[in-house]
Amino acid sequence: MPAVEATTPTIRKTALNSTHRKMGAKMVDFNGWDMPVEYPSSGGIISEHNAVRNGVGIFDVSHMGDIRLSGPKALAAVQHISMNDAAKLAIGQAQYSALLYPQGTFVDDVIVHRLGEDDYLLVINAGTREKDFNWVRDNTRDFDCKVENLSDDFTQIAIQGPKGVDLLQKLTDANLSAVKFYWVTRGTVCGLKNILIARTGYTAEDGFEIYVPADETTSARVWNEVLDAGRERGVVACGLGARNTLRLEGKLPLYGHEISDEINVWEAGLDRFCKMEKPEFVGRAALEKARAAGLKRTLVGLEMVDRGIARDGYKVLDNDGREVGYVTSGSFAPFLKKNIALAYVPPQFSDIGSTVQVEIRAQGVKAQVVPTPFYKRPKKV
Amino acid sequence: MSYPADFKYTKEHEWVKADGKTATIGITSYAQDSLGDIVFVELPKVGADITAGKTFGSVESVKAVSDLFAPASGTVTEVNGDLATAPEKINKDAHSAWMVKITLKDPNELNSLLSSADYEKFIAEEGGH
Repeated sequence: MPAVEATTPTIRKTALNSTHRKMGAKMVDFNGWDMPVEYPSSGGIISEHNAVRNGVGIFDVSHMGDIRLSGPKALAAVQHISMNDAAKLAIGQAQYSALLYPQGTFVDDVIVHRLGEDDYLLVINAGTREKDFNWVRDNTRDFDCKVENLSDDFTQIAIQGPKGVDLLQKLTDANLSAVKFYWVTRGTVCGLKNILIARTGYTAEDGFEIYVPADETTSARVWNEVLDAGRERGVVACGLGARNTLRLEGKLPLYGHEISDEINVWEAGLDRFCKMEKPEFVGRAALEKARAAGLKRTLVGLEMVDRGIARDGYKVLDNDGREVGYVTSGSFAPFLKKNIALAYVPPQFSDIGSTVQVEIRAQGVKAQVVPTPFYKRPKKV
Repeated sequence: MSYPADFKYTKEHEWVKADGKTATIGITSYAQDSLGDIVFVELPKVGADITAGKTFGSVESVKAVSDLFAPASGTVTEVNGDLATAPEKINKDAHSAWMVKITLKDPNELNSLLSSADYEKFIAEEGGH
């Protein structure tokens, strides 16, 4: 068990915890949260993963955090702490971004949603809830805006997969076909009024995330109504195991792995979300310097060529067996049916087709640099 | 789930079936259920020696890597080639999906292993199954 701060309980639970246990979910400690890793009744990780790729799966992601910035200078405050350009957001639009330290490394990645004229919602990682809130509060003191920690206010349910929109449409009066990817709306969901509905997710599929009141009764009712409504579409409950393999196939970063307080934006390959044309944001000066200095390491996608699974933390070796980098995330990929990984290597090893080795139980096993994302969802015709 | 009475079991959830001087080794149904979907198995080559209580290979699920511990010492005579391409056979029927066959160095080593009744008691206590 990781060390815990004095102010937080030993293990945290979402409002759906007893629902998951009733379903017979296999539970695991994820960053201090008691969460389902897989559901035997769904068929397990591989079955859950492929249900999302081919149909629809639902996830309890209430452990993620929510920070609201509102008031006259809310946009200015967001622009100061977030590397992407929030001024480009229309009301109802969202964007992927990150909060950076002055060194240009990551506090966390985040989805910034513009909910109103001067009203922004940042959705952040579970493991960094307190750190992020303290960071946001401390770095926006000079701006005339209110900063609220709404993390405990919502049960967040992700409905992901090509059949997700049809499923959710049965439960809401909001016109979901009018909501483009990375846009949000509000509507009545399962009889609950004014529910935030976002066309976002962490699976590299189409889908939605709904934010309902966090009391246990409401949360369980909504969860079960979603499962009922999706029955004829083969919906399954999915845990963190499938969540990880899905995001890995889509090359979506995970804090503590592809991004961290020791990795900068250029190394992580997140250039397109970092708007250096903004005159000021925390970390900008360091990124300017780092860009001029050049990359020492870069994130690449690997596919195993010989038998073996590259896993988080395994060493990457050159063809002479010298250590040159490390795996940030690696796994068997259930949809692609390959063993894939993301890894940091020096730029000279980053060309597509380069061969390297991954050290697996003291043996170098051949791998190849491949294009990423490993998986891209098919375009709807 | 029934655990065959003619197998012996280890606390690391391997099973072994002795037939005179040869023995067949695999992992139990409890093990495959705990692991989840098995996606990779690493086994020794024919001719390799394995030692009771020491690791002789590994089995991987999507989320985890688990060592395999030899229930008895001996020399590998056969390896189940199916498991290289279809490791999920272990999930389907762990007690049929054998991993290796060995010539036993000392058949008496099996005397200290668990009977099926003892193993069932052991896993009932361990997992609350």
